[in-house]
Amino acid sequence: MSAPEKPDLEKKSAAQRAAPAASRAADFGIDTTARTTGQAVAAYLRGLRTGELGALPALLGLLALLILFSTLDSTGTFPSLLNIANLLQQGAGRTIIAMGLVFVLLTGEIDLAAGTASGLAAAVMALHLVSGGNLLGGMGTTVFVLFLLVIVLAIVLALLLRIWAGAALSALALGLMVIGFPPNPWLQMLLAVCVGVVIGCITGFLVAKVGMPSFVVTLALFISWQGIILALIGDGGTLGLRDPVLNAVANGNLSTLGSWVLFVVAAGGYAAVLLNRQVSRRRLGLVAQPTGLVLIKVGAVVVLGAVATFLLTLDRSPGDLPITGVPFVVPIVLTLLVAGTFVLDRTRFGRHVYAVGGNREAARRAGIDVVRIRASVFVIASVFAAIGAIVYSSKVGSVSPGAGGGNTLLFAVGAAVIGGTSLFGGRGRISNAVIGGAVLATVENGLGLLRQPAAVVFVVTGLVLLLAASVDVLSRRRSAVAGR
Amino acid sequence: MSEPILQLRGVNKSFGAVQVLHDVDFTVRAGEVTALVGDNGAGKSTLVKCVAGIHPTDSGEVIFDGAPVSVTAPADAAKLGIEVVYQDLALADNLDIVQNMFLGRERGKPWLLDEADMEQAARDTLASLSVRTVTSVRMPVAALSGGQRQTVAIAKAVLWDSKVVLLDEPTAALGVAQTRQVLDLVRRLAEQGLGVVLISHNMADVFEVSDRIACLYLGRMVAQVPTKDVTHGQVVELITAGRSGDLGLQRPEAVTV
Repeated sequence: MSAPEKPDLEKKSAAQRAAPAASRAADFGIDTTARTTGQAVAAYLRGLRTGELGALPALLGLLALLILFSTLDSTGTFPSLLNIANLLQQGAGRTIIAMGLVFVLLTGEIDLAAGTASGLAAAVMALHLVSGGNLLGGMGTTVFVLFLLVIVLAIVLALLLRIWAGAALSALALGLMVIGFPPNPWLQMLLAVCVGVVIGCITGFLVAKVGMPSFVVTLALFISWQGIILALIGDGGTLGLRDPVLNAVANGNLSTLGSWVLFVVAAGGYAAVLLNRQVSRRRLGLVAQPTGLVLIKVGAVVVLGAVATFLLTLDRSPGDLPITGVPFVVPIVLTLLVAGTFVLDRTRFGRHVYAVGGNREAARRAGIDVVRIRASVFVIASVFAAIGAIVYSSKVGSVSPGAGGGNTLLFAVGAAVIGGTSLFGGRGRISNAVIGGAVLATVENGLGLLRQPAAVVFVVTGLVLLLAASVDVLSRRRSAVAGR
Repeated sequence: MSEPILQLRGVNKSFGAVQVLHDVDFTVRAGEVTALVGDNGAGKSTLVKCVAGIHPTDSGEVIFDGAPVSVTAPADAAKLGIEVVYQDLALADNLDIVQNMFLGRERGKPWLLDEADMEQAARDTLASLSVRTVTSVRMPVAALSGGQRQTVAIAKAVLWDSKVVLLDEPTAALGVAQTRQVLDLVRRLAEQGLGVVLISHNMADVFEVSDRIACLYLGRMVAQVPTKDVTHGQVVELITAGRSGDLGLQRPEAVTV
């Protein structure tokens, strides 16, 4: 700590000149509330040196990959608008699963079952569609009754954990299954999400209340869910998603007007939130970012957003039928990103998730219901997994017995880690998963367009993940050295 | 001499077959620093954890502000105004100072925390304790030195209009200058009218800041005396042998764990 102290003293005098608001806390030693942009940049650089890397390596990596593939791909397919839109749609499902996993990773646990859990949710949804709303007929009586018993079990477990929302949504799943409903894509998606809740309640109970290691619990459930998917779909079968709404989730686009409305809402909302916070923090004399930096951030988001929206509203079709507009997956991912970030940053629950991941004993002594928090993150992860399943099934157009199996989960974990979420818990943000998901989608898409065999794609993806994990470990070591 | 704010009468506590506390009587007075001393394994930390509600007691009475109370969970103790600063610092490294100070008791709505209010309250508390070593209340705790962490942990305890603060070896891992800071802080807490309990192995610290010394020997409270009435050597004898002249147990050799 000795090294940064000297600049801090200098910072005080500069800060007092810069911000009179800081004077109300003048008796509080060398506390600083406002900094100039230069100081903020210097502090950021110092943070980088001491291991606070955040999402920076992933962002730089993404930029490098985009440039690399654009130059290597002589056909010009990679940087084409069609491919970029396609890339977004391909990566969205897995990215959403990764966003849910961030909650679990933040508490220092892992959910290996998120992949097959997502497959199970998709399978139930698809089965409902294919069997024309007759799940009892589609599943067969035995499987149907067993499935209902699992849901009832999940309701009981959620009540024991006092996760009321989990119990309510599980009960909704039970209701939807027992009462039945005619094939309706919206209700089917709701059912898939509720199935995700059911799965999450079971995982959460086993990990948090029973106290088994999450690795073992979710490994066992990973295999079990795979079996149930197989039982639902049948060996070698596939369930087609022939429904205009379900098909549009990942393949449809907003209209041109809709795209611009999305831009105005998203960029305007971002600017309003940031500027409002800045003004009120300055007024109250609280710790605030330098105003210049905030303006640059807002400006960058508005300009980049406008350019992206403009490009995506151009016709990108190679054929005669025009394809225009921002893909639906963009508002879906954005909504989940905003909601997840809000929950983690601004709510009591989110604060407690970080605390449990940072120091579980401290959280317990602070009176936090650690069991409930640890169980809740698994419910959230499974819900995100179910939403991700809806998106990737929609992209593929069908659900097969392998849905969510294989690499789905590991790619999702990889996305979260590449983006800068720590596997040791306590550090990470939802946006990490989005950036990491974009990196992985770019690698896969780019190498595919360069006509590289699957073998190369796997090896490169693995190496990217290895690189990201080593950055995590190294930055932790740096901050451990610099911390005391 | 002020009225006792916290009194323990005949407290017993066993872990399985091992009885850690035997009929312990203990008194904490407002505006005074009571040092709790004893050898390793004498039961100091267990006593603190019983008061804090982390371990429920097997039997005995806890009297707070003149009324008997039952403390069975950390939340009960917090409600009464009893705060504990642990030896292993119960801070979350990844959270900043404000977040740590309000952990478990965040202000604002559950779905929208009032960050501005919390930040101001944290700053005011640190200022009232004349803490001048922290550059920003939004610094992550991981970036603080040992003394700064201890300061934050103590400030966290004071934030809650607490009446009794128990400090479990607050200076054990600190250097000379940082120990100085923390001891000053301990004294200031007492001057603000709080009942302060200081657990320490360091006799110099104990004699410097405490008004009263309570000594545990193998789970028994052998003496609770004003600091000015005893000498350094007497306290060491009480700690190691359970007896010093007229003070302490009459037959310490008969005592077993």
